[in-house]
Amino acid sequence: MSNITNQSLSEILESIKSKKISSLELTQSYIKNIENAKKLNAFVTTTFDQALENAKKFDNKPNNGQLLGGVPLAVKDLFCTENVKTTAGSNILNNFVPSYESTVTKNLWNNGAFLLGKLNCDEFAMGSSNETSFFGNVINPIGDHLVPGGSSGGSSSALAADLTPATIGTDTGGSIRQPASFTGTVGLKPTYGLCSRWGIVAFASSLDQAGPMTKTVNDCSIMLEAMSGFDEKDSTSINKKKELYSKNLKDNIKGLKIGIPKEYRVDNMPKEIDELWEKGKKILKDSGAQLIDISLPHTKYALPTYYIVAPAEASSNLARYDGVRYGYRSQKGKDLIEMYENTRSEGFGDEVKRRILIGTYVLSSGYYDAYYLKAQKVRQLIKKDFDDSFTKVDAILTPSTPSSAFKIGEKTNDPVSMYLNDIFTVPVNLAGLPALSLPAGLDKQGYPLGLQLIGKALDEQKILNIGYAFEKNCGYKNEIKKWWS
Amino acid sequence: MSKEKFDYFINGEKGKYEVVIGLEVHAQVLSNSKLFSGSSTKFGADPNKQVSLIDSAFPGMLPVINEECVKQAVRTGLGLNAKINNYSVFDRKNYFYADLPQGYQISQYKNPIVGEGKVLLDMPYGSKEIGIERLHLEQDAGKSIHDMDPSSTYVDLNRSGIALMEIVSKPHLRSPDEVNAYIKKLRTIMRYLGTCDGNMQEGSLRADVNVSVRKVGDKNFGTRCEIKNVNSIKFMQMAIEYEANRQVELLEDGKEIDQETRLFDTKKNQTRSMRSKEDAHDYRYFPDPDLLPLKLEQKLIDDLKKSLPELPDNKKERFIQEYGLNSYEANVLVSEKEISDYYEEVAKLSDKKLAATWMMGDLFAMLNDKGLNISNSPISAKNFAELVQSIKSGEISGRIAKEVFEIMVESGDNPKKIIESKGMKQQSDPKELEKMINEILSKNKDKVDQYKAGKEKLFGFFVGQVMKLSSGKANPQLTNEILKKLLKG
Repeated sequence: MSNITNQSLSEILESIKSKKISSLELTQSYIKNIENAKKLNAFVTTTFDQALENAKKFDNKPNNGQLLGGVPLAVKDLFCTENVKTTAGSNILNNFVPSYESTVTKNLWNNGAFLLGKLNCDEFAMGSSNETSFFGNVINPIGDHLVPGGSSGGSSSALAADLTPATIGTDTGGSIRQPASFTGTVGLKPTYGLCSRWGIVAFASSLDQAGPMTKTVNDCSIMLEAMSGFDEKDSTSINKKKELYSKNLKDNIKGLKIGIPKEYRVDNMPKEIDELWEKGKKILKDSGAQLIDISLPHTKYALPTYYIVAPAEASSNLARYDGVRYGYRSQKGKDLIEMYENTRSEGFGDEVKRRILIGTYVLSSGYYDAYYLKAQKVRQLIKKDFDDSFTKVDAILTPSTPSSAFKIGEKTNDPVSMYLNDIFTVPVNLAGLPALSLPAGLDKQGYPLGLQLIGKALDEQKILNIGYAFEKNCGYKNEIKKWWS
Repeated sequence: MSKEKFDYFINGEKGKYEVVIGLEVHAQVLSNSKLFSGSSTKFGADPNKQVSLIDSAFPGMLPVINEECVKQAVRTGLGLNAKINNYSVFDRKNYFYADLPQGYQISQYKNPIVGEGKVLLDMPYGSKEIGIERLHLEQDAGKSIHDMDPSSTYVDLNRSGIALMEIVSKPHLRSPDEVNAYIKKLRTIMRYLGTCDGNMQEGSLRADVNVSVRKVGDKNFGTRCEIKNVNSIKFMQMAIEYEANRQVELLEDGKEIDQETRLFDTKKNQTRSMRSKEDAHDYRYFPDPDLLPLKLEQKLIDDLKKSLPELPDNKKERFIQEYGLNSYEANVLVSEKEISDYYEEVAKLSDKKLAATWMMGDLFAMLNDKGLNISNSPISAKNFAELVQSIKSGEISGRIAKEVFEIMVESGDNPKKIIESKGMKQQSDPKELEKMINEILSKNKDKVDQYKAGKEKLFGFFVGQVMKLSSGKANPQLTNEILKKLLKG
């Protein structure tokens, strides 16, 4: 019997609806997988008892009208979950149990899903390899020496290893798309404001956006439909009518114009990635789309801009972790200032401290204009590049990352080379646009590579449709040997 | 009224100094809930009982602007004759303190909601315009309590996140008296508007005071010191007095003034250095990415403008025009909205001028004596108007009126009823009075003769006799007339 957990979310939903499998059996299968996959270190917290309870409840009274009825889901440990420890991968929140549920996870539960556990991630979502987590690095199921990408590395690893049928991550500079690319899975960063940020531990408020990570494009559309929606508790949430992404998913992309930006062909990019990009173009062309060369001239400034804006916001967002009201508090120190210093020194890891220092520096009086203000101006130019291009094209195709999954420890002592891994993903966050990373092939080592489809603001349906067509014609299939169990 | 001359200067040996003062007033917005959360703002709750997850900065919590607070700021701006900015931005002011849960205060830095405006002061030397630089919205911090435990500090976050309006004046104030008048005027305007209760004891109105001195005639400002968080007008005045003299002394000694932040020690009546310019915080202001810029539609501003109540300056003008009051009377009667309302109710039912005199005299003295406000006066406006009318019509004399007034205070009764039941009605029948006066004159023939011989002082004696005989109820005016007539004969 083929294992149910191999299947896509939509197939699983079908099986539940047709009573081929009960929610309880399904949940038990995932629990078994998770227990056998401890080596991957994908989970920080598991909520098996609660999940089994919920599964039984569903089986007793199935509601198949719900989008995600009866499905257990593990989520990134950046989403606050009521009465379930939420750590953000940090020692400073090591003991933090929220009394509230994030809007996005609540939306999932309202659609019939329930929590299976909390997934490891880079500390406060700062990282591209899931090596900055206080709870240890996560391993990519593709190979025991490989990183799963980051910061949603627990999410990508768990998904690729069949430890959850689908999952959600957050993407501030590529934290959904890069790990999706590294694990041969689908990851979508929605338009800024489409999914509520309420109840998500903040990294950089103007860039953070939650999104789905799935095995297929159809699954992605189901998850997005379930998790998105206006939230009056988030002032940056977009007030618009809810879209039915899965119902409206179609693979006819005839006549759509796909932009190919020349600036994404960077120096020293592996030949394989260039070849993959060519393959992607051909697939879309063969599906009836039209390719158009475009230019996004300010692309080269995106990475430095990002590494000013994101740390600046983070330095302020993380000021609340002071040991006064919740979370870790150092027992050392003779006064308030020393308590702060010790709490934050012991509570935060090196990468977080690095970014707090950078952020504090770029906001300091005398440096603000040269760094932060200038970065905001460049950010506008980057956004304008996209706006201009979208008058000519429907979507933009680029590689997702400049490399496949790298080795554990390979870049930990070289933060700049680590940051360079975000080069294709950060412009999208700066512009607030939706982008979809699709598994597209393997490099010569047999590691997955992804391509990225960037859409206009709120044009998720279109890039999902293009991705759907791409997926059908690409023929890529993630074949992962379960070496860990 | 003769106008006095402005004369607040400090005389040193090297010259005469002028004191330059600017105020940053923090006024708590009257609203049911906080600036960015739904928590209650009611004063006096048990510690940490009015604190939401947002106010205590839990992970993932986000601010959402309270529209009522925005409207209150716009109303206040309109009341200060200020420019309302259709576009304003909330910034984060970053610093660490135990009673600042977010690690930053949400405030407005470069783009405040209200721009330049002005406030008119009535000083003994004429009216003076004080410029307003800006008004912006910001969050209040919590409260650290250091004296509850020898080794710990307690934090109460009830106040954390409450909306404040910071109203920044231009450096146009020149004396402690002007500061007094300015704060009172701001308070009056905001109370008229219902945007701040102005209660200084509860901390609803506090100020940072900027003080500098310069020689009279100098064009440039001197180096200023900022005295932080002074919470009463009296302390503000004392702090300014002390600080200006301290600065003059330094200058007289040929020393420089350090630009610094100082605190006013209310026990020693002195200011002392808190931190120098070098130690000043770098607040690392930047626009709060959790909040979109605040865009106000002109229609909202126009609608708020239309719905503003009559403000003290306009009301004063109207009182002068409509009720024939002088500037001083009008000023006093518009100083509180409740007082002006009371006065208008009385004036509509009685003599306008006499009502003003009696209100500002006996009524205010009694309220002051009993520590009451006009809104809980034991005498209703309607009864007070009847009393005024009884005086005006001659039904009772001023002296009797005072007695009636006392009884009204005690009993809350209607004056007509009191006059009636106690037989206090004035003797105003000329025939009766004439009869009584004739009687007195015939009994005192010798005095009548002396009067006629030129001892006019005796007139008072005859009045006294009439009052005695009538138990004070004789109409004094009529008594005078009749007496004069009969004594001539």
